[in-house]
Amino acid sequence: MSALTSLNGVRWIRENLFSSFGNTALTLFGLAVVWLVLVPAIDWALVRAVWSGDSREVCLDPAAGACWPYIEARLGQIVYGFYDKAARWRVDIVFVLGAIGIAWLMLPRLPSKWLVAALLLTVYPIIVFVLLSGGIFGLDVVPTSRWGGLLLTLLVAATGIVTSLPIGIALALARQSDLPVIKWMAIAFIEIVRGVPLITLLFMASNLLPLFLPDGMTADKLVRALVAFSLFSSAYMAEVVRGGLQAIPRGQTEAAHALGLGYWTVTGLIVLPQALRLVIPGIVNTFIGLFKDTTLISIIGFFDLLGVIQSGNADPDWATPNTAFTGYIFVGAVFWAFCFGLSRYAGAVETRLAHADRGQK
Amino acid sequence: MMSDSPHAVEIRKISKFFGGFQALKSVSLTVDHGERIVICGPSGSGKSTLIRCVNRLEEHEEGEIIVDGVALTSNLSHIEEVRREVGMVFQQFNLFPHLTVLENCTLAPIWVRRVPKAEATSRAMALLERVKIPDQANKYPGQLSGGQQQRVAIARALAMNPKIMLFDEPTSALDPEMIAEVLDVMVELATDGMTMLVVTHEMGFARKVADRVVFMDAGEIVEAAPPEEFFANPKSERTKLFLSQILGH
Ligand SMILES: Nc1ncnc2c1ncn2[C@@H]1O[C@H](COP(=O)(O)OP(=O)(O)OP(=O)(O)O)[C@@H](O)[C@H]1O
Ligand SMILES: [Mg+2]
Repeated sequence: MSALTSLNGVRWIRENLFSSFGNTALTLFGLAVVWLVLVPAIDWALVRAVWSGDSREVCLDPAAGACWPYIEARLGQIVYGFYDKAARWRVDIVFVLGAIGIAWLMLPRLPSKWLVAALLLTVYPIIVFVLLSGGIFGLDVVPTSRWGGLLLTLLVAATGIVTSLPIGIALALARQSDLPVIKWMAIAFIEIVRGVPLITLLFMASNLLPLFLPDGMTADKLVRALVAFSLFSSAYMAEVVRGGLQAIPRGQTEAAHALGLGYWTVTGLIVLPQALRLVIPGIVNTFIGLFKDTTLISIIGFFDLLGVIQSGNADPDWATPNTAFTGYIFVGAVFWAFCFGLSRYAGAVETRLAHADRGQK
Repeated sequence: MMSDSPHAVEIRKISKFFGGFQALKSVSLTVDHGERIVICGPSGSGKSTLIRCVNRLEEHEEGEIIVDGVALTSNLSHIEEVRREVGMVFQQFNLFPHLTVLENCTLAPIWVRRVPKAEATSRAMALLERVKIPDQANKYPGQLSGGQQQRVAIARALAMNPKIMLFDEPTSALDPEMIAEVLDVMVELATDGMTMLVVTHEMGFARKVADRVVFMDAGEIVEAAPPEEFFANPKSERTKLFLSQILGH
C-alpha cells in the first residue's frame, strides 16, 4: 500500500513538475525562490526569534530574530489605541457582538439571516456608538481622538464597507437614470471623487471643512474622516456595480416590464441580483482596497493599527535592531489575515451561488 | 373575454422612428377580442417593432394605440395597466436565470397583482402542468432545453392572466425538434379563445389557427387576409414574392 502511494507520488512529481525542460526549469526556479526567501523569513520570524521577556534587553542579541515581546508589551495599544484602560471592556463588548453577528451571517446553517443582518445594520451601530463614545448611562466619555489600533481600523473599514455598497449601488443606478439632472449629478460626483487622491479628501475633511461650515456647526473629526472615506469608497463601488448593470441583457428588463413590473421591482428583483452576483470579485476587490486604505487616516492624526505601531517603533524603551521590522511584519500579517479571510469568504459565496443555478448559460 | 371596449387592440396610423429611420409608416390594425393574428414579412420589415408598440416596449411617435380601451401615451399608470393585461413571449425566452422556473412564474402575480404566495404557486403549477413541464418547476432556466424554456416563458406570461398575448418569433431560436412542442401549446391557447398577435414564419401554424394573416414589408402592412385567401391568392406582388421564398423551396 505505502509502496504504491510513494510510487504514485513519484509519478505525480515527474508528470507535473518535471515533464519538460521548461517545466523543470520553473520547478527549480520555484524551489530556489522558496529557499532564498521563505527559509530566512521563517528563520528570522520563528527560529531565531525572541519569544519572551519584559524589556528590550532580551532582544538586543545581535543574532536574535523577531522581537515578539515588543508586540506583547504593546498589545493593549495595538488593539485599543489610547482608549482609556478602565473602559476597554466596552470595546470588548463591541468586538464580541460584531464577531457573533458576522459569524452568524457567514455560517450557512444558522437561521434568520435577514433579522441578524437588519440588527447589525441598525441596532448594532447604535450600541457601538453609545458604548464607544459614552456620555450616557453613566459611561465615561472617551473622545474619538483616543480611539485607535485595531478598533479604529475595523471601525473605519466596517463603516466603509457598510456604506459604500448601498451608496455605490445608488450612484450606479443614478448614473444610468433617464432623468438628466440625476444622471449628471451622479457622473459629476463619481468622476470628481475618483479623480482626487484619498489623502486629499481626508485632509479636506479634517482641516478645510471646518473653515467652510457655518459657526456652531461642527462634526467630530473622526466622523468627518469617516464620511470622506465612505464617499471615496462609494465612488469606486459605483463603477464596479455599473459594470455589472451593463452586463445584464436588455431582454431581462424588457421581459420584466412586459409583465407589468415597475422600475423599482425590476431593479431590485431582476437587475441587481444578477448584476451584483456578476461583480462579486470586483466588490471584494474594492473592499480589500478599502480595508488597506484605512491606514491613510494615520496621516490626519489618528492612531490606527499602523499608526499605533509606528508610534511604538519610536519608543526608546523598545529600541532594538528588530523592533520596527517586527512591528511592520505583525501589522502586515493582521491586514493579510483579514483581507485573505474576506477573499476566501467571497470565493465560498460565489461557489454557493454558482451551485444554486448550475448549468446556467 | 368580457370587456367593455369594442376591440382588443386598435392601432391607428402609428409611425415609429429610430433616429432618421422610419420603422413603421402609418400602420393601422384592429384586433377583435379572441382574434388570432399572424404577422409575417421579411427581416427588418417592422414586425417586432409593431407588436412591441402594443405593450410599449417601443414608443410610437405618431398615431394612436388603444389596448382594451386604454390609450397608450406617456402616462405611466396607463402603460402599467396595459402591460398587466398583455403577455409577451420573446424569441430569446428572456427567462430570469437567477430564479427557478416556479419563481419565474410567480414573480409578477405576487409583485404586480399582489396575489398571496401560496395561491400564486398553485396557479403557476397548474400552468406548468398545462405547458407539460410540472416536473421542472424547481429547476433553473439554464438547466432546461430551449423548447422547455419557451414553454416556461409562455406559462410565465399566462400567470398574469392576460387578455392578450404577443409572440415575437417564439420558435425561431429553437432546434427543429422542439418547435412542435411550443407550437402545440400555442395552438391549445388559441383554441381556448385567447387574443393573440403572433409574429412567426410558421405558415402551418398560421393556416391552422390564424383568423387573419398580416403581411408587412418596409414598415407597412401590405395586406391582411384570412389564411385561405392569403395563401391561395395573395394580392400584392411583394406578398407573392415573399410567399414563394418561404414556401417555395
Ligand atoms: N433599437 C433600434 N434602433 C435602431 N433601429 C432599430 C431598432 N430596432 C429596430 N430597428 C430597425 O427597425 C427596422 C424594423 O425592425 P424590426 O425588428 O421591427 O424588424 P422585424 O420585422 O422584426 O425583423 P426580423 O424578422 O429580423 O426580426 C429594422 O430596419 C431595424 O434595423
Ligand atoms: Mg423581429
